[in-house]
Amino acid sequence: MSNVPGELKYTRSHEWVREEGDTVTVGITDHAQEELGDVVFVELPQVGDSFGAGESFGVVESVKAVSDLYAPVGGEVVEVNEALNERPELVNEDPYGEGWMIKLKAEGSGDLLSAADYEKHLAEEAE
Amino acid sequence: MLRRTPLYEEHKALGARLVDFAGYEMPVQYTGVKAEHQAVRTAAGIFDVSHMGEVFFRGPDAEAAVQRLVTRDVSRLEAGQAGYAAVCYKSGGTVDDVLVYRRPDGYLVVVNAANREKDVEHFREHTTDLDVEISDESDEWALIALQGPKSAEILQRFTSADLSGLRYYRFVEGEVDGLSATISRTGYTGEDGFEIFARPEDAPVLWRRLLDAGATPAGLGARDTLRLEAGMCLYGNELDEDTSPLEAGISFAVHLNKTPEFVGQAALRRQKEEGLNRKLAGFEVVGRGIARHGYPVVAGGREAGVVTSGTQSPTLNKAIGLALVSPDVEDTFEVVIRGRPAEARVVPIPFYKRER
Repeated sequence: MSNVPGELKYTRSHEWVREEGDTVTVGITDHAQEELGDVVFVELPQVGDSFGAGESFGVVESVKAVSDLYAPVGGEVVEVNEALNERPELVNEDPYGEGWMIKLKAEGSGDLLSAADYEKHLAEEAE
Repeated sequence: MLRRTPLYEEHKALGARLVDFAGYEMPVQYTGVKAEHQAVRTAAGIFDVSHMGEVFFRGPDAEAAVQRLVTRDVSRLEAGQAGYAAVCYKSGGTVDDVLVYRRPDGYLVVVNAANREKDVEHFREHTTDLDVEISDESDEWALIALQGPKSAEILQRFTSADLSGLRYYRFVEGEVDGLSATISRTGYTGEDGFEIFARPEDAPVLWRRLLDAGATPAGLGARDTLRLEAGMCLYGNELDEDTSPLEAGISFAVHLNKTPEFVGQAALRRQKEEGLNRKLAGFEVVGRGIARHGYPVVAGGREAGVVTSGTQSPTLNKAIGLALVSPDVEDTFEVVIRGRPAEARVVPIPFYKRER
């Protein structure tokens, strides 16, 4: 069973969100990194770019597959995790920590799931 | 309903991630593509490739039939020798790429799983005037590939066959762990290694023996990155019905002066005389990004081809790929990655060559 920290919020497309005031940190879940396998490339936006909720803000690639990353909430990018340029494997090793992807200055709130609801969503997907 | 190989239960027990591949439920990875890839490059890995098709040609005209169907001159193969070849349409497009094994009792042609039915139909259609029995015995064989520098050392523990005397692209009928098997020094990884044809009921025992002896189970994910580093073609990527073996860079497997002629020979000769419209190029992405199958190639501001295979090379730690490009493309071109051109540098194929 993959790790789903209780203090975070989630999307159905397997991003996680950590809310700190009006800034949110975004990454992909433990389940997502497991499904992808070895992450070899992460393409992130630039600071200052803006995205609507549900819009693709980047791409994560494993050896085999290319997957879009979706903004859980709308907002402006205030920081990106530059470490992933050199070490994309951080997404596998520490998806909720060093493998974070972007920080957004949130505008409004997206349609986010609680940890319990995300676990339910994972169980449904597995069926 | 997906088909399963005789090793399906082994894959489940090892916790493999299973995917639909050519109608079979196959392991794409066990622990991770990079680790499995590395195990094959540095030690030994085992792959279940039982989905591959085995088509036997027997009877007085077996050789004439195979000669007509494949691009290689198989009369030059000795009994116990295998050769890589293409099967072509009259147009010169490719039906499949295959390994032809010359056996004492005829020929074995090993075909891609996805092409099996199509191939057998093509084989029969073009040999109706010959006295040959073409028999699809794919379900009667399991096929295990043991690949990597430690392969010979591992396999020798289980067989009385003298592996040190078995040269590349040679095979021998023998036994492994007392179970009858054909041992072939072939593979799809760019490493030394063997492909072992065994009875389906014997396959799980052989698989476990090789695992216990230290081979790492490896899935289709690693198989693809390994073959791409080794510059080997994959049907459906580099080769298809609209691409000739000459365009895809496997002219070493095409004998254009063969008599009598193979299906497609006239078309291929004409291609060669008139000059090819496309060629296969190996490349590295210079900037950031990974080129993937289907991404466009641009040179001098004009569309110049398409990426046929691309990945992040675990051995070289670079984004590498193969592309079918127009023949005037030289040292550099651009690959369009999600709408943005990235510079690519043409490099020799293979990308990786083992030390001998």
